[in-house]
Amino acid sequence: MSDVLLLVQAAADTTHAYRDFPLIGARAAVWIAAEVHLMFAAFVLGVPMFAVVTEAIGIFGGDERYDRLSKEFTRLLLVAYSATAIWGAILVFFLATLYPRFWAYLTAVFGTSMWVYASLFFVESFTLYLYYYGWDRWKKGRAKLWHWTLGILLNVWGTIVMFIANSWLTYMMTPPRDITPTTDPTTIKLWHAIANATWMPINVHRLIANVVFGGAIVGAYASYRFLASRTAEERAHYDWMGYVGNFIAISALIVLPFAGYWLGREIYQYDQSMGITMMGGFMSWLWVIQAFLIAVLFLTGNYYLWVGMERIPGAERFRPYTKWLLVVLVLGAIVWGTPHTMIADSKELAAMGGSHHPFLGALGVMSAKNTAVNLMILTTFLSFLMYRRANRRPVVPWADTGTRIQGAMFLVAAGIVLFYGIRGYFVEAIVRIGYSVYQVLAVLSCILFVTVIDILMARGAQSLGAIQWGKMPPRSQYALFILAVTFTWLMGLMGFARSGIRQYWHVWQVVEDTSKYAATPALGYAARMISLCVLIFLSLVAFVFWLGGLAEKSTFVSQGEARHVGH
Amino acid sequence: MRLPPGIRRYADHPFWQAVTILVLAYVLIVFVIPLLPGSALVPKSVVLQYMATVLVGVLIYVSDNEGRWRRFQEPIRAMLIERRLKLVRAGVLVAVTLLVGCLTLGQVRTTVSAPPNLRSIHPAPPADITFRGKTMTLTGLENPLRREPDSLAADLALGKRVYYQNCLPCHGDHLDGQGHYASGFNPLPANFQDNGTIAQLTESFVFWRIAKGGPGLPREGTPWNSAMPVWEDFLSEREIWSVILFLYDQTGWKPRTWEKSGEQGAGSGHD
Repeated sequence: MSDVLLLVQAAADTTHAYRDFPLIGARAAVWIAAEVHLMFAAFVLGVPMFAVVTEAIGIFGGDERYDRLSKEFTRLLLVAYSATAIWGAILVFFLATLYPRFWAYLTAVFGTSMWVYASLFFVESFTLYLYYYGWDRWKKGRAKLWHWTLGILLNVWGTIVMFIANSWLTYMMTPPRDITPTTDPTTIKLWHAIANATWMPINVHRLIANVVFGGAIVGAYASYRFLASRTAEERAHYDWMGYVGNFIAISALIVLPFAGYWLGREIYQYDQSMGITMMGGFMSWLWVIQAFLIAVLFLTGNYYLWVGMERIPGAERFRPYTKWLLVVLVLGAIVWGTPHTMIADSKELAAMGGSHHPFLGALGVMSAKNTAVNLMILTTFLSFLMYRRANRRPVVPWADTGTRIQGAMFLVAAGIVLFYGIRGYFVEAIVRIGYSVYQVLAVLSCILFVTVIDILMARGAQSLGAIQWGKMPPRSQYALFILAVTFTWLMGLMGFARSGIRQYWHVWQVVEDTSKYAATPALGYAARMISLCVLIFLSLVAFVFWLGGLAEKSTFVSQGEARHVGH
Repeated sequence: MRLPPGIRRYADHPFWQAVTILVLAYVLIVFVIPLLPGSALVPKSVVLQYMATVLVGVLIYVSDNEGRWRRFQEPIRAMLIERRLKLVRAGVLVAVTLLVGCLTLGQVRTTVSAPPNLRSIHPAPPADITFRGKTMTLTGLENPLRREPDSLAADLALGKRVYYQNCLPCHGDHLDGQGHYASGFNPLPANFQDNGTIAQLTESFVFWRIAKGGPGLPREGTPWNSAMPVWEDFLSEREIWSVILFLYDQTGWKPRTWEKSGEQGAGSGHD
């Protein structure tokens, strides 16, 4: 019966449902507008989180350098905010003119939330203006706290705006099951449509991802300014800024996969065929590319820390160990990137007896991959710990015992990860899935307890010398660039995976895409489109960076003020 | 073990360390892995992937320290500018040109074999199928024959007969995809002994694949090029469930099970 209805709907969708866009076509036009809008949106949501935290450190820690850093980023936000709004308007116009029937459907369901969205956008804009232009006016005492509250409000409005937009796109993926092709959209209750299966997982995933993205963009900005610096002081300031950005990005990245896992699980629970298309079907190659890109992030993040250790007196104690950490990371990257189904010609297929390698195929399953990524996370944490300790010698009487306990915690966590990784091969799939939870818990507990011990141990620690900010080779700054580009690319790639699993549906199994662009694009075409969006976004961001430098002087502070050596 | 000073000079030098690591990695991947028991040659795409990862690791190793990075560059710099190394320079120039030429030729020359294709191994099953006019919901579906322990032996015997009468020519006597006709197919018939096939799947998925065959594969991910017949035209529902029993019994794999109530969606497809 539903097939007949779909056929009737498809027949009715003739000339009035779709229009085309010159040269690139309607789908590519909407794709570019949506993707670039989303990247800017992530920028204007991620950077305020960064700004409000650094402002707080400035207020409560008494280090004015953080306050200036926060202001410098808010300045960039003004331009980025306009760009977000412009791309958002382009997206809306494209949807309304190129997909009028589908747009009418969405407005019928979500009209009220769209008005709220527009109002909040308005409020958010003026909060941003107050936040930036009031910076110097509300600088001291209670007024400064009010100013900081404005920063918090900016984040609150931005987060609600994102949650509203997320409800539209998650409804397209996972509409509530009682909604069918025959349901009149005007009868659908707004909250029922908003609170769909993937709404909250996407909200959480995007919130964390925005922190990662904000940190990475801050790092890229700092590296750009570092490379363009003319004085040692300026270099020192931007070196420090790059470090802070990288630290925030990598710290948030460590928890991001868990939010992604929740989202994936919700997709499976909602519709297993959608889940299989995403993870095991024709979209599965995106996950191999994703594994590669995340391996690049881990390797680059660690590389930046190791190169940075050269400017820390005392770091030479830890230098001999970094090569072993590198070995773990490279082996982890190899395992994580090993595809289950290999690209092979007919001779190779015949030799392997199929598209699974009889030996390396064992590395292509989730047991191996979960083990690899958890060990890579532990290794990255160890790198950071060495970096943090480099110029300090703990003086508490239990320092040796504390270090041994920390070492034991690492060993136990790695042991648990390996144990469940290997055991996963010998149990059925349903049991194996549960093992990933134990592995993650072991790693997170290790990170938590080792950090607590480290903070206690650092009390009154003897300093082996201040970090010599600015004494970084240029190649370390290119590492920060690579991080920002890779994050942006990953965002485009995973966005395609999430959106592409809807296949030929505007709203999964409710509103069918009957346009000539209904077919899911081939992976090669998608990769080119995603790369084009990344290129457009980064070019515009480079322009924003340049404007940031043009508008005012940079915020680096003189030697006298910059005595802070902190991490 | 102490190395002679002449060799140690090279062994301690980051440039030669990098070269040695790359050569060893290549030898390990291309020559040693295929020699391991039960292994096979490593496809070129995977060799490239592994070598690229090792190369990135090596570059990180030689450049994460200013002193090591400077030493690493020394021989390259010397080879490029020093007069006494004129011959080496010319040799490297020729070698690099030849290498690029060979790689290009390898990419563009005409061969008789079909180009490698990207094949996804887990087609997404529909929520329900129609089997000889009867609608079957695949989500949460178990093999009904397992609920009848008394007739299990008879069902297994039936499954064995069905397998040997219908599946053997392609999937082979050992259920390893090496039947008499196997070499004529691309993609090869599924190897049930491999831990990546039925071991990862629910029995309802296997039922769908047998019943609907190649023509029943989903639209996305085409062309599948599967030669698997539509067995619902030749076998009854009981015969298909029986042959599934036989596949799991013979290989020793356990079928993937569904999660408990409310979570049934997560139990199928991939691991």
